[in-house]
Amino acid sequence: MLSIKNLRASIEDKPILRGLDLEVKPGEVHAIMGPNGSGKSTLSYVLAGKDDYEVTEGSATLDGQDLFALGADERAAAGLFLAFQYPLEIPGVATMTFLKAAVNAQRRARGEGDLPTPQFMKLVREKADGLGISTDMLKRGLNVGFSGGEKKRNEILQMALLEPKLCVLDETDSGLDIDALKVVSEGVNALRAQNRAFVVITHYQRLLDHITPDVVHVMAKGRIVRTGGPELAHELEARGYADYVGEAAA
Amino acid sequence: MNAEVRSIRTAAETALSEIFASAFAGLPGDAAVAERRRTAFDAFKVAGLPSRRVEDWKYTDLRALMRDAKPIAGAPDGVMIAAARGALAPYAAIDATRVTFVNGRFVEELSDLATAEGVSVTLLKDTLANGAGVAALSDGVSPVGNVAVALNAAFVADGVVVSVAPGVTASRPIHVANIQAGSEHAAYGRVVATVGEGGNVLLIESHIGDAGAHQTNSVVTLDVADGARVELVKIQDESLDTLHLATLAVRLGAKAELKTFALAAGARAARQQIYVSFTGDASTAEIRGAGFAGASRHLDTTLVVEHDAVGCASREHFKTALDGEARSVFQGKIVVKPGAQKTDGKMMAQALLLSEGAEADAKPELEIFADDVVCGHGATVGALDDELLFYLKSRGIPQKEAEALMVQAFVGEVIEAIEHEGLREIVTDRALAWLTART
Repeated sequence: MLSIKNLRASIEDKPILRGLDLEVKPGEVHAIMGPNGSGKSTLSYVLAGKDDYEVTEGSATLDGQDLFALGADERAAAGLFLAFQYPLEIPGVATMTFLKAAVNAQRRARGEGDLPTPQFMKLVREKADGLGISTDMLKRGLNVGFSGGEKKRNEILQMALLEPKLCVLDETDSGLDIDALKVVSEGVNALRAQNRAFVVITHYQRLLDHITPDVVHVMAKGRIVRTGGPELAHELEARGYADYVGEAAA
Repeated sequence: MNAEVRSIRTAAETALSEIFASAFAGLPGDAAVAERRRTAFDAFKVAGLPSRRVEDWKYTDLRALMRDAKPIAGAPDGVMIAAARGALAPYAAIDATRVTFVNGRFVEELSDLATAEGVSVTLLKDTLANGAGVAALSDGVSPVGNVAVALNAAFVADGVVVSVAPGVTASRPIHVANIQAGSEHAAYGRVVATVGEGGNVLLIESHIGDAGAHQTNSVVTLDVADGARVELVKIQDESLDTLHLATLAVRLGAKAELKTFALAAGARAARQQIYVSFTGDASTAEIRGAGFAGASRHLDTTLVVEHDAVGCASREHFKTALDGEARSVFQGKIVVKPGAQKTDGKMMAQALLLSEGAEADAKPELEIFADDVVCGHGATVGALDDELLFYLKSRGIPQKEAEALMVQAFVGEVIEAIEHEGLREIVTDRALAWLTART
C-alpha cells in the first residue's frame, strides 16, 4: 500500500531524512519509534505534502500512485491522512463547516457529488458520539478552546469521516492523559480494517499498549535502523534509544 | 487644504464646471437651495479635485482616479428599470419601506413608501422646493468644504428624507436602493435622516451597478437625538468600473446608539468617508466594515470619530481582503475634545493580502485633549497563515477553497455583528460570491 524507497528530504538545505525505506501492506499497523530529532515528524510532513520540505531523492507511492507528484489536498483525496501532533486552531471556521468542506472536497475529487447536509449531519453525529465529541464542540471554531485531548479526538473524528486508506499518526499520544489515550486508541482501533493501514509515530511505548502494532521500526538520524515485532517496543522502553543514536551516527 | 485658486484645471474639473453651468437651472430647489448649490460648487472650484498632496487624500489621489466627469444620467428607460428590478431580487425577502433610485432618479414602481405611524419617508426633491432644502443640503458633521460633500450639495437632484418621531420604533427597516444601469453617467444621492428622542430605526443603503463606468456620489446625514438608536447597513456593490464616493455624517445626542456596517464589494475606486460626532454624554457607536477587492481596485475608508461629550464609547473595526494588485486605504482618527472625559475609543483596521501585488495602507490617529480616557488603535496587514492552509489542505480541501474558508473566518467577525439576519445573509452571500469568483 505505502512504499517508500531511499527517501531523502531536507529543510532549508539541512538533510533530515537520509535514505529511508518503508513498506506497509494493507491491514497492517506499523509503529515508528525513535529519539527526538530522528526525523519522525518530518517523515509525516513529507508524506502529507508540507511545502517547507524538499524531497531530494527517493520515492513514495500509495497504491502505486506517486505521492510527490500530488499537492497536499490531492494526497488526502488519494487516501492519505495525517493526524497532527499539534492540531491547529482556526477561529471563525466552525468545526462542522470544516468537516463538511473536507468530506465534500474529497468526494468531489473522486468524482462524487456533495453529501446531502442531513445525511452528513447524521454521519458526523454518529461518529462524534463514539468519540465523546459534543454538538457544542462541533459548532465552535475549529479546535478553538479545545483541550489537548479534545483536539486529538477531533483528529480521529476527521479520520473516521474521511475514511482514508493510510493513516499516519504523528505522536498522537503526546499531551494525552490515560483516559484520553484510551478514547483515542479505541477510535483508531475501530478504524482498523483489511484495506486500511496505519503508521503510528511515537516516542513512547505506551500508545502501543492500546494500539497493537504488527511491525515496529526504530528510526534514527533519518533512517529506519531496525525492524522487529511488537516486542521491540518493549525492549526500547526498557533500554532507551541510546544504542540507536550511536549506531546511526557511526 | 490648499486654498489658492488654481488656474490650471484638469479635464475633469473643467467638465464638472461645464456640467454644473448647464444643469444648474434644471436642478430642483428654491432660490436659497440654488444659492447653497452655487456656494458648494464655488468651494469645489477653489479646492479642485484633491491630489495626493492634500493630506486627507494622500493615499487616494482623486485627481488621478477621476480623469473625466461623466454626464448626469437621464431618466432610466424600461430596460434599465427591468435590470434594476433584477438587481433588487436579493432584497425581495426583506420587508422594508423601499425607495429606489435608478441612475439617481426615483422609480415608483420599484418602491414601497408605506410607513408606520410616526415614521415619515419622503423624497428630497420635494424638501428642496419647500423651504427646508438648505438644511437638507448641509454638510452634516462632515468637514465643510470636503470635495465629495460639496459636489453632492451642488449636483444632487433627489434622495430621501427620513424622519422618525420621538419614542417611535420603526416597525419596518427603511431601504434606500441606488441602482446604476447604462453605459456611463454620474449619479448623486442623499439621505437625510433625523431620529427623534428615543426613536429607533434600521436603515439599509445599497449601491448596485451593472457593467457601466459610472461616477456615484452619496451623502447620508443622520441626526440621532437623545436616547435614540440607529442601525445602518450599507452594501456597496457598484460596477467594477465605477468611481464611488460616499459620505456618512452622524451626530449623536446623549445616551444614543449608532451601529453601522459597510460592505465594500464593488467599484473601481471607492472612498467611504465616515464622520461621527458625539455631542451628548453616554452614547455609543459601533462602526464596522468589510471590503473585498481584486484586480487594480482601490478601496478607501476614511473615518473621523469626534468625542465631544462625557462617557461615550466608540468601536471601529474594518476588515479588508485584497487580491491581485488591489489596494486598500484606512485612515481612522479618534478625536477626544477637552472635557470629553471617560471616553472609551478603540479602532482596529485589518487587511489580508492574498497576493504579492496587493497593498494595504493604514493611518490610524488619536488626538486626545482630555486626561481621563481610554483610547487605542491597531492595524494589521498580513497574509494567510501557511500552517493553517496546510492543515486544511491535508484534509483534501484545495488551496483556493482553503483560502476562501479562511477569508470567511477573517471577515466573519464583523459581518456577524449585523443584527438583521436577512442582511447578514446578503452580505455573507456577496462575500462568498467574491471568494468563488477568485477560484
